Amino acid sequence: MSRLATIARRSFLIGSVAILGGVAFGTYAYRKPWPNPLLGGEDAALTPYVLIDATGVTIIAPRAEMGQGVHTTLAALVAEEMDLPWDQVRVIHGPASKAYFNAAVLEEGVPFAPTDTGWMAESLRKAMQVPGKLLGLQITGGSSSTPDAYEKMRAAGAVARVALIGAAARRLGLDAAVLKTEGGAVVAPDGTRLSYIELATEAASVPLPDTPPLKPRAEWKLLGTSLPRPDMPGKITGAAQFTADLRLSGMLFGTVRCNPGLGAPMKSYDATAALAMPGVVQVVEVENGVAVLARSTWEAFSAANAITFDWAPAAYPADTAAMLAAVDAAFDADRLDSRSRDDGDVEAALTVGDIFEAQYSVPYLAHATMEPMCAAALLTDGHLQVWTGTQLPTQILKEGAALTGLPVEAIEVHTMLMGGGFGRRAEMDVARQAITVAKAVEGTPVLLTWSREEDTTHDVYRPMAKARLRARVEAGKVAAFDLHLAAPSVIASQVGRLGYSVPGPDSSIVQGAWEQPYDFTNHRVTGYRVPAGVPVGSWRAVGASQNGFFHESAVDELAHLAGVDPLEFRLAHISHEPSRKVLEAVGRMSHWGAAPIEGRARGLAFSLSFGVPVAEVIEIEQTTVGIRLIAAFAAVDVGTALDPGIIEAQVQGGMVFGLSAAIMGEISFAQGRAQQSNFTDYDALRLPQCPPISVTILENGDRIRGIGEPGLPPAAPALANAIFALTGQRIRDLPLNKSIAFA
Amino acid sequence: MQITVNGTSHEVTAAPDTPLLWVLRDELNLTGSKYGCGVGVCGACSVLLDGLAARSCQTLLADVGEAQIITIEGLASPDALHAVQQAWLQHQVAQCGYCQSGQIIQAVALLKEIPQPTDAEIDTAMAGNLCRCGTYPRIRAAIHDAALRLAVTP
Repeated sequence: MSRLATIARRSFLIGSVAILGGVAFGTYAYRKPWPNPLLGGEDAALTPYVLIDATGVTIIAPRAEMGQGVHTTLAALVAEEMDLPWDQVRVIHGPASKAYFNAAVLEEGVPFAPTDTGWMAESLRKAMQVPGKLLGLQITGGSSSTPDAYEKMRAAGAVARVALIGAAARRLGLDAAVLKTEGGAVVAPDGTRLSYIELATEAASVPLPDTPPLKPRAEWKLLGTSLPRPDMPGKITGAAQFTADLRLSGMLFGTVRCNPGLGAPMKSYDATAALAMPGVVQVVEVENGVAVLARSTWEAFSAANAITFDWAPAAYPADTAAMLAAVDAAFDADRLDSRSRDDGDVEAALTVGDIFEAQYSVPYLAHATMEPMCAAALLTDGHLQVWTGTQLPTQILKEGAALTGLPVEAIEVHTMLMGGGFGRRAEMDVARQAITVAKAVEGTPVLLTWSREEDTTHDVYRPMAKARLRARVEAGKVAAFDLHLAAPSVIASQVGRLGYSVPGPDSSIVQGAWEQPYDFTNHRVTGYRVPAGVPVGSWRAVGASQNGFFHESAVDELAHLAGVDPLEFRLAHISHEPSRKVLEAVGRMSHWGAAPIEGRARGLAFSLSFGVPVAEVIEIEQTTVGIRLIAAFAAVDVGTALDPGIIEAQVQGGMVFGLSAAIMGEISFAQGRAQQSNFTDYDALRLPQCPPISVTILENGDRIRGIGEPGLPPAAPALANAIFALTGQRIRDLPLNKSIAFA
Repeated sequence: MQITVNGTSHEVTAAPDTPLLWVLRDELNLTGSKYGCGVGVCGACSVLLDGLAARSCQTLLADVGEAQIITIEGLASPDALHAVQQAWLQHQVAQCGYCQSGQIIQAVALLKEIPQPTDAEIDTAMAGNLCRCGTYPRIRAAIHDAALRLAVTP
């Protein structure tokens, strides 16, 4: 039985309804909280974040741990308010439940720049939290976990503290005001200590305030410091359990082989040879392919190679050239998706003087998480259990109900540690396959592990995209900036796979471009929607991953055209104070003003994504075997820095992810199939290529922000701009290694 | 067939051409060694074979013979983490953690061969271990730290 189920059976929950419901919005449906999943009933009166049993306090993290350290930071929010000693904190994934809805994730979709804090922008952002709640969207993504949790998980801790003090006051016959909490206990003026464990039962009946007082920042002991991660010991001893590490009695091990023409059906297959191989138990048809079940994963892998298939061709263009042509054709009024920015009169401003024109492109990219897609399932006695690392557990309840006909109450999702997510594990494919197979072998637990080849060739890719710029500089400043961006809709593709449709423009097509805090006199950003083709999905930083490259390559080109230093040029066009501060900081960190030593050069880029302004500098040198990255610098502003160590790791990780894609990332297509299949032909940055990365964290922003993604967008343009500074070669098409050699 | 893993001898029934990785994971339930690529280029499956780092996905069961196999589960002694693991803890290296067993095994093998490696030697030794989370800067720092720890208490 899972740790959660064990705890839920014999423990007490404390807390209050007030912390989840009723803040600002006033509608009944919004105020009514979802049932607390830890109680298994309709009683909504208790917080779903804190459990106390005989062995201690367990904090439920409503977001999934994919390496970003979210369990540490979310648990610290609760522990801080409860005065829990950090070494006693335990944290586990919560069950899939609408109670853990993410209100913040949809905010990025509002048509206001993150730097716009006017009345209209703020109202719409708050309104966007309502659908997040009504859908009960328990999603980990969009760099939203910390902003979403910042108030509610501190409140959960504060409410628990009030309840525990109330229980102690009752027992000791003292006024609650004279009691303190420290070290996981309530302490009386005479030194009497009552541990939370012994108070938990009584605490459950203490009347609670609607709005518990939160500690002022000056009193924080845990928040604001770099905490040791509770998941670290398991990850360095091999004890951490990822999905594929699950072992259940009688479990069968399997793998899948699906049509490499993505989304197209399987016409027929012949598994005769495979079924005769040692250890092979059964072959089960799944959507667009088959699953092979065996006594070990290796036997399943081997047998899958022995199956012959007749695949139907995919519906999208057959090869990369045809796909690029489709992107080019989308720069057309018929395909107009959005024009979120149109300041001044761009058309008029581009009728005079020398017009600068450039075109940029990026290819499809795979997520390539270190852990290939993996899920386990067991259907027995009208009860379905699914184990998988997932960014969207509530959706698995829906998929499970649709595939089995069971009510969602009969379905349990165990969220496992993810061996990397990056957006890939917001998809339902492997979970659907595991459920389908579990149904075929009812009563037997099954574990499906994709091969690396299946994983690379069956991704939901970061889209291929292009940008076209027309611009003019005058007297050292941008007189006109007209950026046109064409990409397929990630939102339509991804949400479509979940069975929803979203009307209106897709902000991800222009994300990381239209809302940049540059004050160009005549400034227009236009998005065009490329017709749906290859399935595309959220890939770390989403639209900002390509638009950051387009935008900041363009700004760098204009700076050189204007004959102005790239840092000075940006500062001359940005008035948003937190953005100016990160630019100035990275300038100091990288000694931007001092000439680099002979044979070296630096490149600068800036991007504001997910509300976080980030400036990065990369220093490179020319060696006999190619370009070598010498050093990297990043300055970021998260508003409030809860855990500097984790923020630093996320910025470093975002840069490495972005540089991997910039230097060598490309999925190409031929005959409707992805041409890359493993790290041999879809590689990523290795340790020798990774420079030292210095990170400075600033807190000038007006609100707390998440940092899983914002470190990524400036990395590619900073490198491309450095290459221009060093060699005079302007590379406008990624990956860079198609144009220049790297050491 | 008999193999010795983490000091314990096991009788295993997998076919001789089975890669060691899958014997460890699916037959012995030692799941700390990870499957990442299956072709020996990511290093997530690394184990020590007589003290040398080996890709267990490319090591056939038939070829193991009497070699002493140490996996991530066998690195720490009952009362203390290995110095490399201590350094990893100190520097909070892991993010998702999936590649870290292999990274740590590779670092242990490196430090056995070169007790005080330079950055260039670390680069060379660790180039075969892929990390998609970007923990490389902390891996470098942790290896230097582990070298110091081992120099004090080898």
